[in-house]
Order: sequence, then structure tokens, then C-alpha cells
Amino acid sequence: MLRRLYSEQPASFEYTPANLAWAEGQIAKYPEGRAQSAVIPLLWRAQEQEGWLTKPAIEYVGDMLGMPYIRVLEVATFYFMFQLQPVGSVAHIQVCGTTTCMICGSGDIIEVCKRRIAEKPHTLSADGKFSWEEVECLGACANAPMAQIGKDYFEDLTAENFEKLLDQMEAGNVPLPGSQAGRYSSEPAGGPVVLAEYKGTGAQYNGSVQLAADIGDTLKRIDGTEVPLLTPWISKGAGHGSVPAAPAAAKSAVQQAAAKKAPAKKAAAPKKAAAPKAEAKPAPAAAGEVAEKKPRTMKAPRKAGADDLKMLKGVGPKLEQTLNELGFWHYDQVAKWGPEEIAWVDNRLKFKGRIERDGWIEQAKILAEGGETEFSKRAKY
Amino acid sequence: MLKDQDRIFTNLYGMNDRSLAGAKKRGHWDGTAGILANGRDWIIDQMKASGLRGRGGAGFPTGLKWSFMPKESDGRPAYLVINADESEPATCKDREIMRHDPHTLVEGALIAGFAMNAVAAYIYIRGEYIREKEALQAAIDEAYDAGLIGKNACKSGYNFDVYLHHGAGAYICGEETALIESLEGKKGMPRMKPPFPAGAGLYGCPTTVNNVESIAVVPTILRRGADWFASFGRPNNSGTKLMALTGHVNTPCVFEEEMSMSVREIIEKHGGGIRGGWDNLKAIIPGGASCPVLPKDALEDAIFDFDWMRENKSSFGTGCMIIMDNSVDVVKAVWRLSSFFKHESCGQCTPCREGTGWMMRVMDRLVTGDAEIEEIDMLLDVTKQVEGHTICALGDAAAWPIQGLIRHFRDEIEDRIKAKKTGRVTAAYAAE
Repeated sequence: MLRRLYSEQPASFEYTPANLAWAEGQIAKYPEGRAQSAVIPLLWRAQEQEGWLTKPAIEYVGDMLGMPYIRVLEVATFYFMFQLQPVGSVAHIQVCGTTTCMICGSGDIIEVCKRRIAEKPHTLSADGKFSWEEVECLGACANAPMAQIGKDYFEDLTAENFEKLLDQMEAGNVPLPGSQAGRYSSEPAGGPVVLAEYKGTGAQYNGSVQLAADIGDTLKRIDGTEVPLLTPWISKGAGHGSVPAAPAAAKSAVQQAAAKKAPAKKAAAPKKAAAPKAEAKPAPAAAGEVAEKKPRTMKAPRKAGADDLKMLKGVGPKLEQTLNELGFWHYDQVAKWGPEEIAWVDNRLKFKGRIERDGWIEQAKILAEGGETEFSKRAKY
Repeated sequence: MLKDQDRIFTNLYGMNDRSLAGAKKRGHWDGTAGILANGRDWIIDQMKASGLRGRGGAGFPTGLKWSFMPKESDGRPAYLVINADESEPATCKDREIMRHDPHTLVEGALIAGFAMNAVAAYIYIRGEYIREKEALQAAIDEAYDAGLIGKNACKSGYNFDVYLHHGAGAYICGEETALIESLEGKKGMPRMKPPFPAGAGLYGCPTTVNNVESIAVVPTILRRGADWFASFGRPNNSGTKLMALTGHVNTPCVFEEEMSMSVREIIEKHGGGIRGGWDNLKAIIPGGASCPVLPKDALEDAIFDFDWMRENKSSFGTGCMIIMDNSVDVVKAVWRLSSFFKHESCGQCTPCREGTGWMMRVMDRLVTGDAEIEEIDMLLDVTKQVEGHTICALGDAAAWPIQGLIRHFRDEIEDRIKAKKTGRVTAAYAAE
């Protein structure tokens, strides 16, 4: 299946502050130097924020993780959950059409989609509110046929109750997900045959529906403030992942302090690399010790021309532009930064901690002397 | 039929308290530190004795798999990766664990991780399971808050992190090396083996990949004893298993049952029988899309376990059946699976990338009858050329359903082609 970027792209993308904090928290799940692992969750969050995955968003995530854009693009085009074209402003409807759903009547649901939304999948309806596609098995086969609308599964569908769902959404309401035939979850219709003693002893809805019901408006695009950010793997974890250099959430100054102490206790633990690094590198913002000092900047590059700052691992075109605007054009400028200068630059960049995490100073020293780093060799091809 | 007190997943439908407090009340997280205190070798021996075979479809003995992990670290950390990328058509069992009984999985991750000397577990959940992801993360958060995982997990002195990671809708990421690639932030393309993940897996470190259910049953097996678990089912097929009935039974559902029950009994007890009675049964696909279809006459005294299904040229798979009654066009049903595999082929190996599309296009014609009789054997020949010639098993998985269809329903395909050619329905076809 051919998957390409959409012909019309917006000018820019940026996470909302809450989503940015969320993303920083996700990166902390992976060991030092393995930030690339977070690419799918980060792209997905960008899609949840905008509705579909734009080119600026792909590049933004690439910059954030220090990945070449082509690697991010590969991921975005490989995985089918990434919508590479605009979707309905209210909802994108994904009808499962694989065998179980097919023999249970998903064809009727698809007919409704064709009639009411658009003849072809991935096409906006006339009012721009809806779009649809047939997807492969969504893993709710005991409740077939079903469709995913937004983030939620709507199960035990018929053409009639599916049309009612569309009516509700068209009128601006948010229908309750889960079984549309009155089942609690995946028990036999009419009540559980086994584990019947627990019937009615727990929450009103099943595990999925309850979450949706608690949030309320599950169709709207998210900005990250819907649910509080929890990152217990940073504050209470064994310190296996990387420690984020910037505070991930409001209360994270405390968490950072706790995370710093954590590795010290576990001298006997099998992993060597993560622990000392985490200790040696206190988060500047959390510690609040390093004062800022403006480094020497230049109004324009020297006559010989500016250095290609993209040769520094972690600097993409966007970050290079920002650095130029701040007055940095050459490797030797970067190489001279001390802790206070780093703090100054750090506070003016969007990606706090990046300078130390990627080791710009060391790289810049080598590049300024005309040497090559492992990354610059790769980046040049 | 399995008694309620012998169930591992006591909150499968989520009708009871799903929080940590509720899980503890039902007996989970009970004496976990004591289990860990028995040591790594004891846990692996118990798992071997229990006879647990992997619940993800291939049925590899779980204890044996764990024993492949290096006994001493060579400086590299070891990882446990839990495969929650449940995408096999008809399989919907792990979803219930993750949203309704998540603490079985978190506790299992800790014990399994300890047994293989891992520093952390990564749970790779399929991207579409958004609420399931939230429910499982909430359970992980609870476990961190209670000190059950993280630093000094359960006060055992062992440090262990559990991270939840999600994919974005690729069936191939259920293959263990593709899952590892995806977890490293790349396209989900399977790796060549060897090296096996136990030697060089995630980030080049020793890694074991297990299915959600294989991990989630571990704490209960260790608490109740390997003998208890092994007492269910025939030898070599022991234990209880999450199963699902989907399609044309009166009441499709997910449930836990002991292994080696008769297929008919399972369908009647849990599914409320076939829609329209047992004689209205046409065929079943026993355990997910890649398992060859079995017709009714092969099912009269069929036993639902790994060995019976293998002896009868099918596969137990994930234990989640598709049941088709006589209203189903079985050729079309298998065509839909071919279309699924074509869609999900990662494109790395030529026989699979080209073969899945080729097979689907021939199946297109068999569905309508616009084909030649010889094409049936040609299709069979193509499936043999795809099977076994790819890096991972997706090529095999795409070939098997078609082989099963031709083995059991060749008459029906031929009749359809003949009817189309002569313009009349033959007696045999009309009798269907």
C-alpha cells in the first residue's frame, strides 16, 4: 500500500506544553542514548494533538530525538495507525473488516460509512466532520463486529445502532463506547457463565469504557491536560531509564532529587553505565545551582562561512537556525561554552538538556580542530 | 469444566474491583518476596515442571525459554520483553488481562524478570489498545506507588522497572525480532536468527520475549504449585488457558478453560452452541488466522490442545476460535485472511512480499469462480514456495490457511469454477 505525505502541509508543528512534558517523560523510559525508542509514542502523541501526522510534526519529533528525518519518515509510513492525510474534524472511523467481523456483518457497517460519509476510505465527508477506513483485526473479536472511533472501541454493532452513533456525533454529542448491545465486556450475552459471583460487584462500566466515561469528551483533540502526568518510573523507578535533564512536570523537582539518589543505593545492581551517569549529571533546572552567563555571540558568521552545525549530533535544521539566531555560527564558539554558558543556551532552546545529553561541547571541540565524530561521518554520507 | 476456584484470571470480565486493593483481595501480590527468595533456579525449575507452553501461538515451553538466558551477566543488562501486540485475527484474550486483571501481568513481569536476571521489562502493547494501555499503566503506577516494583521491589533487594511501550498498528510486530526492532524505534522488520534474542536482542542485550498470558499465569503457578497447573489437560498440553469463541456461536465470549477439552463441549458450554445447532456448523479456524481451517466432519471428536491440532494438520495457535456456520462462504473467509496477510507483510523478503499479493489475487478469482481448475494446484504450489522461504513465519502463516482450504474444500472451489463456466449450478454445489 502506497503511503505518502499529504500534498498540503501546515507551516509548523509544536507540542503543547503539557504534551512536551509528557514526551520528556516517555523518553526517560529508555536507557541513555536510546531516545529513538520513543519515536512511535511521540509521533502518536503528535497525531493525537493534530488529528493527523504532518510533515512538520515528523521533523519536530526527529529533532527532539536526534534522528535523521528519513528514519522518522520510515516509521511514519510503515505503521498504519499514522494518518498521513487530514481526517474528519469530529471523528475518524476505523471499521474492522477481518474474518470474524466480516462473517458477523462488518460489511453492513462499511455500507453505512460509504453512504453517509464518503464512497472512498480516507476521504472527508462533505461537511468535513467524518472520514472512515477499513482496518485489519482490532482484537475485540468476541464483540464483533466493531469499530474504533477516536480512541475507543464500539462493539457489537449493527447497521442500526451504528447509524445512531453517527447521528449522536453529528449532533455534537459523545456516545458511550463499549458494547452497543448491552454487554458488560466480553462475557456471553445474557450474563457470565463463569465467574458469575462477581457480577455487579465492581465499577459501573468495564475497564475500557470506564476510562472513557471518566474523561468525558473522548473525541476532541488532546492537549495533554486531560489527565495528570504520572511518571513513577522516574521518581520511584530503579533508575534503569535515562534521567530527563529538564523537569518533566511541575512537581518533578522533587522527583529529580529522588531519582538522583536512586542509583546510588543500587551499587550491586548489574547495570553499570546508567548509574554513574545519572549521578554525575544533575538536572540543571531542578538543582537551580548553575547560574546563567551569556556566552560570546556573533552577529554574522566569519568570512569563510558558517560551520555546518548539523554535524553535531542532536542538531537538525531547525535547531541550527535557532542557534544562528542566537549568534552561534561556528564549532569553536560551541566548544568554549562552560556550565554557565550551557545553562544560558539551554534556557533559550526548546529542548532543555540536549547540549549535555548529546555531548555538543566534546563534539564541537573535535569538529573545530578539523576532526570527525562518529556522528558527523554518518551524517555526511 | 474448570471450577471458579481453579481460575487464574478471576477478574476476566472486570466485574470485580480492578484496582491493586481488589487484586490483593483475590490473592495476587501475595508473598511475592517469598517467591523471589527461593531463587532464580527454583523458579525456572518450577516453570519447567508446570509444563507451561507459550501462550502466544507457537507453544514453546516457557521454562526452557527462560533457561536460555545467560546465567552470569557479561556486563550487558538483560531484558524481559512482553509481547502484548495482540493482532492475530480472532485473538482477543490478552486485552482482557490488560484491562481487567492487569496486576497478574505486572506481578508476573517482576517474577519472570527476576528469574532471568533482567533489569527491566518492556511491555509492547498494540497501539490500538489505547484504553487497555491506560488501564495497564494505571496498574503499573499503583505497583510503583506501593513499592512492589522499582527500587527494592517488594522489599526483596531486587531492582526492577516495568515500562509500557506501544506500537502503531503493525501485525508483524507480534513477531519477536520485529517487535524488538520496533521497540528500538525502527520499522518492524524481523531480524535473521541466529543470533537469537537470548544472545543479542533488545539494544544488543540478552532478551526474552514472552506473550502476556505466559507471564501473567506465572505468579499463580508458583503460588499454587507446578503440580496443580500440570494436573489440567493431557501431558505435554498442561494447564488452563484463556480461549475465545468468535463468529457464529450463540454467545461469543472470552473465558478460561482447561486444556484438552473437546471442541464440541467448549462450544456448547461456553458459546451456547452453534447458531442453528451443531449440524449447522461448517468449519472452524482453531487458533487465529494462521491456523488451517478444519471442517465439521473433522471436529466431531476433536480435542482442543496443541498436540491434537498438530496431528490433524492444523494448529492450536492462541486458542481463540473462529466458528463458521453454513451461511458462510468459506472460500471468501479464507480470501479475507489472504488479504490480511498481504496488508501486513512487512515487505522485507520477496517470497512473502510478492507471494501474499499473488495468493490473494488468485483467491479473488476462486471466490467468484472466474478461474481455471488447474489454478487450484498452481496456488497450492505457490503456497509451498512461500512457506519456509522467509525470515519470519508470516510467509508460512499466509500459506497455511490456503493449504487448509484446498485440503478440505477443494470440491467446493471446483464446483464454483465449473458452475461459472457452464453457467449452471451442478447438483453438488446446489446441495450446499
